[in-house]
Amino acid sequence: MVRATHWLTFVAFIALLVTGGEIVISHPRFYWGEVGNVNTKPLFVITIPSSRDTVPTKYDYVMPDQNGWSRYLHFEAAWVCVLTGLVYGIYGVVSGHFWKNLLPERRDWNRHAYGERIAQYLRRRPPDRAEETSYNVLQRTAYVVVIFVLFPLVIWTGMAMSPAFTAAFPWTAALLGGRQSARTIHFFVSWLLLLFLIVHVTMVARSGFWRRVRSMITGNLRSSEEGQ
Amino acid sequence: MNKITRRKLISGGVVAAAGVAGLGAADRIAKRYGLIPPDGGGVYGPGETLTYACQRLLTVNRPAREFPRSMISRNPFANEIAPPTDAFKRLQAGGFRDWRLVVDGTVAHPLALSLGDLKTLPVRSQITEVACEEGWSYVAEWIGTPLSGVLREAGVLPQTRYIVYHAFEKSLWGSIDMADAWDKHTLLTMGMNDGDLPVPFGGPLRLRLPRQLGYKSLKFVTHVTATDDIKKFGKGLGSVDPEYGYAWYAGI
Repeated sequence: MVRATHWLTFVAFIALLVTGGEIVISHPRFYWGEVGNVNTKPLFVITIPSSRDTVPTKYDYVMPDQNGWSRYLHFEAAWVCVLTGLVYGIYGVVSGHFWKNLLPERRDWNRHAYGERIAQYLRRRPPDRAEETSYNVLQRTAYVVVIFVLFPLVIWTGMAMSPAFTAAFPWTAALLGGRQSARTIHFFVSWLLLLFLIVHVTMVARSGFWRRVRSMITGNLRSSEEGQ
Repeated sequence: MNKITRRKLISGGVVAAAGVAGLGAADRIAKRYGLIPPDGGGVYGPGETLTYACQRLLTVNRPAREFPRSMISRNPFANEIAPPTDAFKRLQAGGFRDWRLVVDGTVAHPLALSLGDLKTLPVRSQITEVACEEGWSYVAEWIGTPLSGVLREAGVLPQTRYIVYHAFEKSLWGSIDMADAWDKHTLLTMGMNDGDLPVPFGGPLRLRLPRQLGYKSLKFVTHVTATDDIKKFGKGLGSVDPEYGYAWYAGI
């Protein structure tokens, strides 16, 4: 179950990342508060060309408009993400996966345990034997933050941009400071998730990419070792 | 590899069968209650249908967010419009006295209303946000008369399922379902921020739909058609937007 939801989320996340980028290109300006447009002061501007000629940029050309399919795919992939997350969340609670594998172990809830593990990474010491089949405190913390903070936040800020969803639940936009704040937070959380993806894949690569990927597909580390 | 046991095979089969049966049932229920958008086919159909169906159920009797007067944007952005045609310029020179809103289709009494006629109907004003699919937005006060009043006057027939609306430029058109059509916040807008609705913002007449993105709020509305068969219009996708790749339903 963990493996199936992992790969579904991976596919959906890549689709969300690409289409989200396409959508940003149509208005690469960000604001804080409820409203923001080319007549208001932006919080910051990304200096890329835009796919709309109404947006002032320092480039004298306009990118092709890709928003149509990007938006269709963004929202469909978001559904895959949300439904997969729901299944994973229920499974994680019922099976005890969250407490057993993800929540940092009680004895590691201190600065010392984190410091020691960081030192181990920095000195590039080989991982403990236990890490072959279990996560260490840094890995657990990263996963907990991604699963219980970043993903919920990116979903919430996404929905807070929907005029229909905020009609039903106005507080989802109000709590964030308004629609444009939601959009800006959505943008930054997406970067944090991308950062996680990069670190995650780098770590997998360093511990034997294909062996790890195969084990995440088949669920069996040892038999794949024997196959090599 | 894990061994595939008979038990796993049977339980897997049961889950798969239940899933297929569940999807079939969901499809029938969705069709009966009109929860499938006109552009609900193709690869993006499932996502669109889920969004539309969920938001239809969530937004029953839930109007769009309204804002205090202090939040009205001082410099709203009108977005681009196509250069006005000569026919439009002639109407504009006449102060839009000859502007007509034609109401026809599955109605008991087809109408042709002038702006003056529309102004005799109950006035409603609301301070709502226009949010563009590109990401920008502004808040303005919109003044007009609910579309529902006009539909009632025309006597919309019970088989009606969609209200199609066309702009002065006939190639621009869209449609809404009856939930949005009867909603008192769906406004035939003639005024903005205590003045007449300026042409760049869609004057003299714009359909404002505050629970959907800006592109559903069609500018320069001249024609409203009630219909029981949305497939008869354009490519049958409910509006011109899906023909350019944009979703018919824009509540996101």
